Amino acid sequence: MQVENGQFKPTIVAFCCNWCSYAGADLAGTGRMQYPAEVKIIRVPCSCRVNPMFILRAFQRGADGVILCGCHPGDCHYTTGNYYARRRMTMLFDFLDYLGIEKERTRVEWVSAAEGARFASVMNDFVKKVTELGPNKRITDLRCKPEKEGE
Amino acid sequence: MLKINKSNLEKLFNAISEKQNLYIPCNVNGKTNYAVYGEGAQVDLETLKTVKSAKEVFFPQCEDIVSFKRNGKAVEVIDVRKESEDFTVFGVRACDLKSFEILDTVFLSEPVDTYYQTKREHGTVVTLACNYPEESCFCHTFGINASEPKGDVTCWFAGDFLYWQANTEKGLNLTKTVESLFEKATAKDEKEVETEKKEIEKRTEKLPLYDLTTEGWGKDSVLLEKFNSPLWQSLSEACLGCGACTFVCPTCQCYDIKDFDKGHGIQRYRCWDSCMYNDFTMMAHGTPRPTQMQRFRQRFMHKLVYYPKNNEGTFGCVGCGRCVEKCPIHMNITKVMKAFGGKKND
Amino acid sequence: MQKVVDIMKKRALQLLEQGTVNRVLGWKNGDFTYDQTPAVFNSKEEVNELVYNDFSAANLSKYLIAETKKEGKILAFLKPCDTYSFNQLIKEHRINRENVYVIGVECQGKVDVEKVRALGAKGVTGVEVDGETVTAHTLYGDKTFTKESVLMEKCLACKGKTHMAYDELIIVNPVEDKKNDRFKQVEELENMTPDERFAFWQGQLSKCIRCNACRNVCPACSCLKCVFDNPNSGVASKAVPDTFEEQLFHVIRAFHVAGRCTDCGECSRVCPQNIPLHLLNRKFIKDINKFYGEYQAGADTETRAPLTNFTKEDVEPSVISDKGGKA
Repeated sequence: MQVENGQFKPTIVAFCCNWCSYAGADLAGTGRMQYPAEVKIIRVPCSCRVNPMFILRAFQRGADGVILCGCHPGDCHYTTGNYYARRRMTMLFDFLDYLGIEKERTRVEWVSAAEGARFASVMNDFVKKVTELGPNKRITDLRCKPEKEGE
Repeated sequence: MLKINKSNLEKLFNAISEKQNLYIPCNVNGKTNYAVYGEGAQVDLETLKTVKSAKEVFFPQCEDIVSFKRNGKAVEVIDVRKESEDFTVFGVRACDLKSFEILDTVFLSEPVDTYYQTKREHGTVVTLACNYPEESCFCHTFGINASEPKGDVTCWFAGDFLYWQANTEKGLNLTKTVESLFEKATAKDEKEVETEKKEIEKRTEKLPLYDLTTEGWGKDSVLLEKFNSPLWQSLSEACLGCGACTFVCPTCQCYDIKDFDKGHGIQRYRCWDSCMYNDFTMMAHGTPRPTQMQRFRQRFMHKLVYYPKNNEGTFGCVGCGRCVEKCPIHMNITKVMKAFGGKKND
Repeated sequence: MQKVVDIMKKRALQLLEQGTVNRVLGWKNGDFTYDQTPAVFNSKEEVNELVYNDFSAANLSKYLIAETKKEGKILAFLKPCDTYSFNQLIKEHRINRENVYVIGVECQGKVDVEKVRALGAKGVTGVEVDGETVTAHTLYGDKTFTKESVLMEKCLACKGKTHMAYDELIIVNPVEDKKNDRFKQVEELENMTPDERFAFWQGQLSKCIRCNACRNVCPACSCLKCVFDNPNSGVASKAVPDTFEEQLFHVIRAFHVAGRCTDCGECSRVCPQNIPLHLLNRKFIKDINKFYGEYQAGADTETRAPLTNFTKEDVEPSVISDKGGKA
């Protein structure tokens, strides 16, 4: 979480698969399409590399929202990785919702290497939603809070 | 001796907690543990055994000990120690009180554990006699009298009253702050307390574990014989290797020190550890007790042989019976003692 | 019940004598009727100590992981719900089926002494069960309860009295399956607002003392080295510095057993703080049933577990974020 001029700026962690979504983010960049700087991208070999622990760790260390991006189902570089990721994340997100953690803080989107514009719009939309939601207070580690607000 | 009507207890707790933190057994989400008294607290003085013992007040499950921060190339070491504020812990039973003595020998002998020391110095212990001991109680085995706990102040329930007897200077100081709520106990009242104490002793004699003895334990001479006994194998065979017994135990004092990376510094903290865990005292070469049998043996040998050997015969168990109730497979210190023949008239 | 124990002992002695098995896995009595310990009996003399009654709640299947790696065959007495865990462990190649002889034993539901205590019986020295009446002998007089009121949490959501795996059965008093809705509590939680749910789980999970009893008793938690045992992972066990570690531990543990948890209820039974841990696992079971079709872990030894499987038509994770209800 960051606060700039009294305005809440969320920290968003985006796990992007190497083959589609990361390239999609690249394309958004080279195409000069704007998406918020709050989005921190972490490149992973495949969307199914993302362990539920990664998502919880991101929240622990101050993320206000976590988004996982992978190839469209059927287009996985490893043929089936994203199918598994799809099941896992559906399970995990519903479970977090069950524990009372806002379901809008987590999301999965499929973004191909050719969809720079889609990448930008997905991120814009997600950041907007999380900003409306406010800071993450429910699944975070108090010890990891910056010592001074806005630091 | 002073007395207060049971219906006025809330006033007493309010009066104490106005000046300082009051730790008292409270029912929170269905289980009774020591908690800071405050608005809406569901005080539970019926339950003899809180899940976690009273040691948590002096030796919390997790405690920050130091933090580090990096400034350029220098590392700043921040001492997070604070002088504890005065507090009172109410409702400590005789067994838990005895456990403080055992913790004291560990933490207050040189080098003194200052984190523990400050809490011990600032804490006033108000004990409470156990009117109705339970089937898992065996404190008498270790010479503890449930009807007459000491501490800074001793309390008894008898009839409609709570009786209050200050024993130490700390206890007298606490009494002064709340004296106006009490009446003076008459000679008749004192007699009633005496009768209740006798009753408690009678009830204790009827306990199923009353004939459990420490005979054959605690001596240097039995160390090797017990250590090498084939009984350990069968006793430990079902052990799950969880830490339930250790974490509910009032005398277990082992802890682990860990570092947590906060992202903007390091927090070094200590937390309870359990000798039942497979990573207990893990070293570069591995663990010194690779099997569950060895870990299981360690726990009981420590309480019944090593500790008394080093502390003039004082056992490292106070017979609170928490492990008797909480072990998932119901293997506990009383069964171990019996297996080795620790029973009168056997 | 006595009759059942007699038959069990008789069969155990026969099998030992014939040399079919060389050990027996069962339950052993403690000081009171309710404090039984799982035990391996190595000889005919030791088999005399075998007990089985309304307090033999411990699930024995996890012990078979280690026992079936030893020399010779072991006889194991399994209750209907234990056989689900047994099957699941066979599916995961943790139990060596050739090294175990399974006798399925009847079960009328187990009694929880914690519930007896919670209903006001102090100093319980023994409990007798006679049909639907439970009498607790205490130091301060007897108390009676209905069996329904002191039934173990896991038995209230019984999956049925049918054994999923066995070599032979001992059933003297057959009981009919009682209908129960094991997802009712999960639904109640789902129908709360997220704030209420959060408050509920925060209240429950903050009681956790990280004793790891739930993990160590769980037949699905059969890893030789748990992720929480790795000191370099940054998630090592033991620490309870704030609520996050507890959330993390329980979320990850529930996730790791998702699709493999048979709902045997051992986690809730052993929790010293009575955290309703089964409600975490049951949520996953309910979701799996809803999204990927009815699935009961341990019902068989062949099918693929739902989280190691997929279909191309699976629902998108957006069903969660887009589902109704306010944030």
